[in-house]
Amino acid sequence: MTLKKQSLWSAPFIIWILIGTIVPLLAICYYGFTTRDGNWTFNNIIAIGKAEHARALWLAIALAISSTFLCFVLAYPIALILKASKLGEKGFIVFLFILPMWMNFLLRTMAWQVILEKGGLINSMIAGAGLPDLEIINTPWAVILGMVYDFLPFMILPIYNTLIKIDNQIIEAAYDLGASWFTVNLKVILPLCIPGIASGVTMVFVPSLTTFVISNMLGGGKINLIGNIIEQEFTTSANWNLGSGLSLVMMVFIVVSMMFLSKLDKNKEGNFI
Amino acid sequence: MIKDLKNPLSYIYLGIIVIFLYAPIFTLVVLSFNRSRSMAVWMGFSVDWYRRMIADPMILEAIWNTFSIALVSAVIATIIGTLGAIGVTAMRKSRQTVILAFNNIPLLNADIVIGISLMLTYLIFGISLSWGTVLLSHITFSLPYVVLSVMPKLKQTARMNYEAALDLGATPINAFIKVVLPDVLPGIVSGFLLAFTMSVDDFVVTHFTRGAGINTISTLIYSQAKVGIKPTLFALSTIIFAVVLVVLTVSNIISNRKSVA
Amino acid sequence: MGNTPIIELKNIYKSFGETEVLTDFNLEVGEKEFITLLGPSGCGKTTILRIVGGFEKPDRGSVIFQGEDITDVPPNKREINTVFQKYALFPHMNVQDNIAFGLKISGKTDQYIKDKIQYALKLVNLDGYETRSIQSLSGGQQQRIAMARAIVNEPKVLLLDEPLGALDLKLRQDMEYELIRLNNELGITFIYVTHDQEEALTMSDKVVVMNMGYIQQMGTPEEIYNEPENAFVADFIGDSNIIDGVMEEDRLVRICGEKWPCVDEGFGSRKPVDVVIRPEDIIIREPGKGKLDGEVIHNVFIGVHYEMEILAGGFTWLAQNTTNFKVGSRVSIDVTPSNIQIMHKPQSIEEEAMEIDA
Repeated sequence: MTLKKQSLWSAPFIIWILIGTIVPLLAICYYGFTTRDGNWTFNNIIAIGKAEHARALWLAIALAISSTFLCFVLAYPIALILKASKLGEKGFIVFLFILPMWMNFLLRTMAWQVILEKGGLINSMIAGAGLPDLEIINTPWAVILGMVYDFLPFMILPIYNTLIKIDNQIIEAAYDLGASWFTVNLKVILPLCIPGIASGVTMVFVPSLTTFVISNMLGGGKINLIGNIIEQEFTTSANWNLGSGLSLVMMVFIVVSMMFLSKLDKNKEGNFI
Repeated sequence: MIKDLKNPLSYIYLGIIVIFLYAPIFTLVVLSFNRSRSMAVWMGFSVDWYRRMIADPMILEAIWNTFSIALVSAVIATIIGTLGAIGVTAMRKSRQTVILAFNNIPLLNADIVIGISLMLTYLIFGISLSWGTVLLSHITFSLPYVVLSVMPKLKQTARMNYEAALDLGATPINAFIKVVLPDVLPGIVSGFLLAFTMSVDDFVVTHFTRGAGINTISTLIYSQAKVGIKPTLFALSTIIFAVVLVVLTVSNIISNRKSVA
Repeated sequence: MGNTPIIELKNIYKSFGETEVLTDFNLEVGEKEFITLLGPSGCGKTTILRIVGGFEKPDRGSVIFQGEDITDVPPNKREINTVFQKYALFPHMNVQDNIAFGLKISGKTDQYIKDKIQYALKLVNLDGYETRSIQSLSGGQQQRIAMARAIVNEPKVLLLDEPLGALDLKLRQDMEYELIRLNNELGITFIYVTHDQEEALTMSDKVVVMNMGYIQQMGTPEEIYNEPENAFVADFIGDSNIIDGVMEEDRLVRICGEKWPCVDEGFGSRKPVDVVIRPEDIIIREPGKGKLDGEVIHNVFIGVHYEMEILAGGFTWLAQNTTNFKVGSRVSIDVTPSNIQIMHKPQSIEEEAMEIDA
């Protein structure tokens, strides 16, 4: 089999990728830049300036940054402890932290809805103790909680994977040269983890920025993120042109953040697969 | 030195995170056995919700849709993706880079954008939304994962081994089946599993590309979450969790054994 | 060795899980000495180095540094630096940041650090490499940077864990001379770990041959090579013919049915012994003119000389000679008495165990 013949095997794949990714992206651009009647317009893009849209985008960015930061703060020590304690080598312990990732994401979010709801588990327990209701559901806090819960494993795994690849000799060399535990972590381990952190951040930030599920289920329709606005335009309001225009704006934010993050992960070391 | 992190506090921290990760799931499991509808009061053990669940045609249909779409889309994505990976490896480096860049688009894109862009495409081409459009969408977003799982295995030794087999007198087909395939098989299997789980887990793309009345487990939960969750869903969650736990534990044990041996 | 010990290891025990790596290990290292721990992998030499460096804690016993017990002192507080096997350079820093790492931690001034980097790079023949990235360096260059990074901190003792293992032959030989020069110029004690006998013999003041956690022999390279104390050392250091023999009386040994004059005494009479004869010490003569007649059964030219196997007296002798004797030719072998080295047979099971080549 010649190389040329062999490369023909990829024909179905290439055709599929072209039709499955390029055409839809063109479609979204077409809708984004036209009116319902098919005339060219920039209004769907400019519409991001409308107060409710701008607020939704701003809130989405704020919540995504907060939950990404929280995920990092929680995940980095986990990865460090798993490496230092050699617990990770048993496989099972790492598995324990990754397992929820394979559980249906809607089910996991639903679980928090059940726990946090007005008549839900936590409030019934609090009421039983004679305390006032804890009104966390339908607040941004509930949405952040949901994001952290849903996406935490996606932060732990790439950081842990980069961390275990760091040669122990390099860490020992740093101690050997007189560094304290803190210096070793700050000057050697953390910088070497950046590829993993970058891919963890991508995997938490993008879905958080674009979600409408978590904000809908835990925000009770009161928390409108940019994802919710877009989803509503496609379902209830049925203004696809506006929805497409707003998603183009959102994509710009995704692409910019990705470009920034992929600079940090030059060697693609933190790749998830 | 490094054992600074090996103190009880570290283990307590790990423990708290594990509780954080599992308590919500555990809550659903407990509630699924509660006799009462209430989410707060324990009224005694019962498997009533399980009985109702298997009698609920909506849930059964959602389960059927979820797994039939997952299986069919994973099989098709695996075949096209594997052939694609084999073909792409034979190409010039520059062309590979371009194709892999396109391959990465759905990988990096937000689910919601994939969902709405596919939906718009179907409607532009006059394809009405149905079970089939969900299937096509799932193949589309699974393909890149299959390609990325198979490619690294091919790069390692496949070409050289294939040529060595030909050199030793094997026919091209024989060489492929006996020499290349066993090497690449782990990548194909993990690509398939990835495609399958991605499909089962998906909500967003399905949400936008499904036809009226087509529900998967995810879309069913979403629609119920708006109007009020019934405990039958807790029963369903418990079963899904048990299945995930068993499958992952078994595959974990198998892969651990392999790495030991 | 005459000079005061800078490092003393006293009654060190160390096991990993069930495996006992070191048992009652004792060693003294003199100031400015170049000492090499030599042995097969798994003999415990790296563990000793890690104990001295502070990366492993002995289960029992103590590490004394300049008369002070440092067993519990962590590695970052020891005046000892290590050159790691795979160099362990920080991949995210360039050459000068790597070298400056230790100096910055100890709070040296910028000017001092700059001068030190210049000095160290000159010392390892890499001046001008300050801003190069680690990835752009060859193995040999990385090795030198690892040396430079360790020595700028002016440690009292430098530990080297098979630092030449990853280099090719030519580079390794160059680096050997480099290391000897550095040891002389800096006046630092070098503790060097290797499984390569040639490295050990070339560079060291003192060689410690180890196997299975025990010291087999300690001495100058000449002593180790010329007078191996047991079959393990003889076998491990260079190629050797190790033959069963019987000591007939002082200065006479029976090998392969022949009586050979030798120079060793005090083994008693009619005692079984091991006899070591180096391949280059075997003299090849015409048939009938030597001690034992035989046939050349194998012959390879390896550059400087021919390496031959000669079947004579029921034993296959390894011999080296600059003259080529073709396979199948009849020859006779002889050895001058001073080149016959007599060793005790191992007595106990434990001694036997010590001699199993790991």
